[in-house]
Amino acid sequence: MKVKQISIFLENKSGRLAQVTRVLGDNGINIRALAIADTTDFGILRLIVNDPDRAYRVLKEAGFTVSATDVIAVEVVDKPGGLAGVLAVLQEANLNIEYLYAFLQKASKAALVVFRVEQLDEAIAALQAKGIRILSGEEVYAL
Amino acid sequence: MYWDRECETMSREQLEALQLERLKLTIERVYRNVPFYRQRFTEMGIKPSSIRSLEDLRRLPFTTKQDLRDNYPFGLFAVPMSDVVRVHASSGTTGKPTVVGYTQNDIDTWAELIARSLVCAGATKFDVVQNAYGYGLFTGGLGLHFGAERLGATVVPVSGGNTQRQLMLMQDFGTTILTCTPSYALYMAEEGQKMGLDFKKMPLKAGIFGAEPWSERMRRQLEEKLDLMALDIYGLSEIMGPGVAMECAEKQGMHIWEDHFIPEIIDPATGEVLPPREEGELVITTITKEAFPLIRYRTRDITRIDPEPCSCGRTHVRIKRITGRSDDMLIIRGVNVFPSQVESVLLEFGETEPHYLLVVDRKANLDQLEIWVEVAEHMFSDTVRKLEDLEHRLRERIESVLGISARVKLVEPNTIPRSEGKAKRVVDRRQI
Repeated sequence: MKVKQISIFLENKSGRLAQVTRVLGDNGINIRALAIADTTDFGILRLIVNDPDRAYRVLKEAGFTVSATDVIAVEVVDKPGGLAGVLAVLQEANLNIEYLYAFLQKASKAALVVFRVEQLDEAIAALQAKGIRILSGEEVYAL
Repeated sequence: MYWDRECETMSREQLEALQLERLKLTIERVYRNVPFYRQRFTEMGIKPSSIRSLEDLRRLPFTTKQDLRDNYPFGLFAVPMSDVVRVHASSGTTGKPTVVGYTQNDIDTWAELIARSLVCAGATKFDVVQNAYGYGLFTGGLGLHFGAERLGATVVPVSGGNTQRQLMLMQDFGTTILTCTPSYALYMAEEGQKMGLDFKKMPLKAGIFGAEPWSERMRRQLEEKLDLMALDIYGLSEIMGPGVAMECAEKQGMHIWEDHFIPEIIDPATGEVLPPREEGELVITTITKEAFPLIRYRTRDITRIDPEPCSCGRTHVRIKRITGRSDDMLIIRGVNVFPSQVESVLLEFGETEPHYLLVVDRKANLDQLEIWVEVAEHMFSDTVRKLEDLEHRLRERIESVLGISARVKLVEPNTIPRSEGKAKRVVDRRQI
């Protein structure tokens, strides 16, 4: 039920993001979703890709500071209040969200929201108890 | 105008005879009272009686900062602690400072030498000395303070910082002499200008600026902006503090007070003594200090000696502006900083050898230190909060070790240039 996300440390210098995407492209790795958190000096690039293990390896070989983190990808009904329902579940279970980002699936009408929480297993249990669909890693990588 | 005409203008023959007599006494004192020196001398087959001329000085071993650290805190003191009336300390590379001590006589000598130095700048008992050197373990504040009192001047012991108040006091008290680091003086000048102060209408006449390297360019700026005569003062806590050497109004280098200190210039690589006028590392032997005498102390400061008689009439030789260091020490806002101090902090935070760079800049006349740290994988977190927390903790720890604030900048791995052999740890962009 966990999805492996690749995070990369980037200095705020021009061309760094382009370099990451080039390394991935050259190695035939496809990006499914991407988000950047940035500060004055640096940014953290977060990626969901089709082959996280290989992505981790090639980025590391290219000299980037990389880490792999487990996140959860939740299917959210694409209608008003869809995300609110999911967040309410996490709030009720007293689970703090570190960050989240969303992307749309091509095939279905549902949006996917990626969550990073401290207590991953508890979050999965709480969401499943409310019948919210959580995608497996394989499902997400193959999107 | 002299403070102590007899001492300041004695002939070279008299001065050298006095030096030899005092050197012999010092050698005897350290041989008798400091096991470190007795052992060193014995290893080299030297007895106090071996010292018969000033030339014999160069047969003695050097003392280094490491020797001071190895004997922390009081191991090199030559008198019982009951005779030590004050201690000062400079920052240390691994958190342990180098500690120096003074007997009442030492404090008196120091005050005398500062009074001499102040008179070099034209000071008299009618002057108001605003002392903006830091008070505390740092020797600048208290050193200048007691000397200005010895002269009989009115001392304003304001210490460093709080520029608005400095400028207010300067106007209200009619400050005539300003003592602080040259960069702080420039900062004050510019803050004063912003406030609309006209320094030309203020009674400031001289500034005694030291504790960090500066240049003729800065002298011109200071003299123009503050409308005073800017003079250089030299000292280091290990030897005494400020007032080891002082520039006179001729502005041709700093008279080193040779009746208390014997200067030598050596090749920092070989330790060989260089002839006058050649540039090298300044080595100083104290010849009157009681509590903390030092034999051939390697200051690491690069300068040269000018033995030409000075038209001010003082016979003591002059050392030229300090042009650099023979080690990697930086002086930032008057504080001694070694890259190894930063390294020790980084080692506390991670298990591997860190790559880092100290980038020093001078903005608005104030030194800025930025420390670039490569983010190793074990330090990296995918949340901003944790990385900012890391930056914050590094900044606080570095500030507590260095004694000055620095900006910590996390950078990508392999972005700090590696050099072959000795790593380059410092980029000094200051245009002094």
